[in-house]
Amino acid sequence: MRISVQLKDFDIGKELKLFNNGDTNIGAVVSFHGIVRNNSEKSLMHMDIEQYPGMTQKAISNYVEMAVERWSLYDALVIHRHGKLLLGDRIMMVATAARHRRDAFQSAEFLMDYLKSRAPFWKKEVTKDGYQWVKSVLDDESALERWR
Amino acid sequence: MIKVLYFAWVRERIGVPYEIVETQSGTVMELVEELKQKEPRYEIAFSDLSAIKVAINQELCEFDTKLNGAIEIAFFPPMTGG
Repeated sequence: MRISVQLKDFDIGKELKLFNNGDTNIGAVVSFHGIVRNNSEKSLMHMDIEQYPGMTQKAISNYVEMAVERWSLYDALVIHRHGKLLLGDRIMMVATAARHRRDAFQSAEFLMDYLKSRAPFWKKEVTKDGYQWVKSVLDDESALERWR
Repeated sequence: MIKVLYFAWVRERIGVPYEIVETQSGTVMELVEELKQKEPRYEIAFSDLSAIKVAINQELCEFDTKLNGAIEIAFFPPMTGG
């Protein structure tokens, strides 16, 4: 299990190589990473991600533990960046390792849903006209419903 | 004494990232009401509580949660990570 909240970029290939560390029980690894996309007006200059230091680690660990238990995972990885991110930059990644693909897929989705609306990060979009805080969407909240 | 933290636009409206508050409030809601009495910036920041989430000692809670000697409390908008 590895959780990292960091300013710097990460290497997906390297992370996955380390992640798949030869445990012969693992038959399926799913990974997802999110990247900074342009806004609908195509005016994004960069993004600033604010976090609640301490609570981010705690909250993510909590959800990772829930996922490991629920889907009998052999390993799980969450990396989430904060600070200034440019268009196309990697924001975060999640990887899960299970015996079968269904558990790996589902647990990765579960972690994504919880990271989106339960881990204390706030995205700010900066454009040449100023900035705005990204609003949470109802869809993100209702996405949690299916895991209850 | 309790450390009160603010994040994202709540922080911007209050004007500080955190402050130490001396309070006798029993619940989160009582503390919010107490802060709103202090200055207009609190009144503005806390005008729509449906847009604000709260955590005590770094765990999400509700506005009717008791403070019970909490060390820190944080107010922030719904999270937008991922």
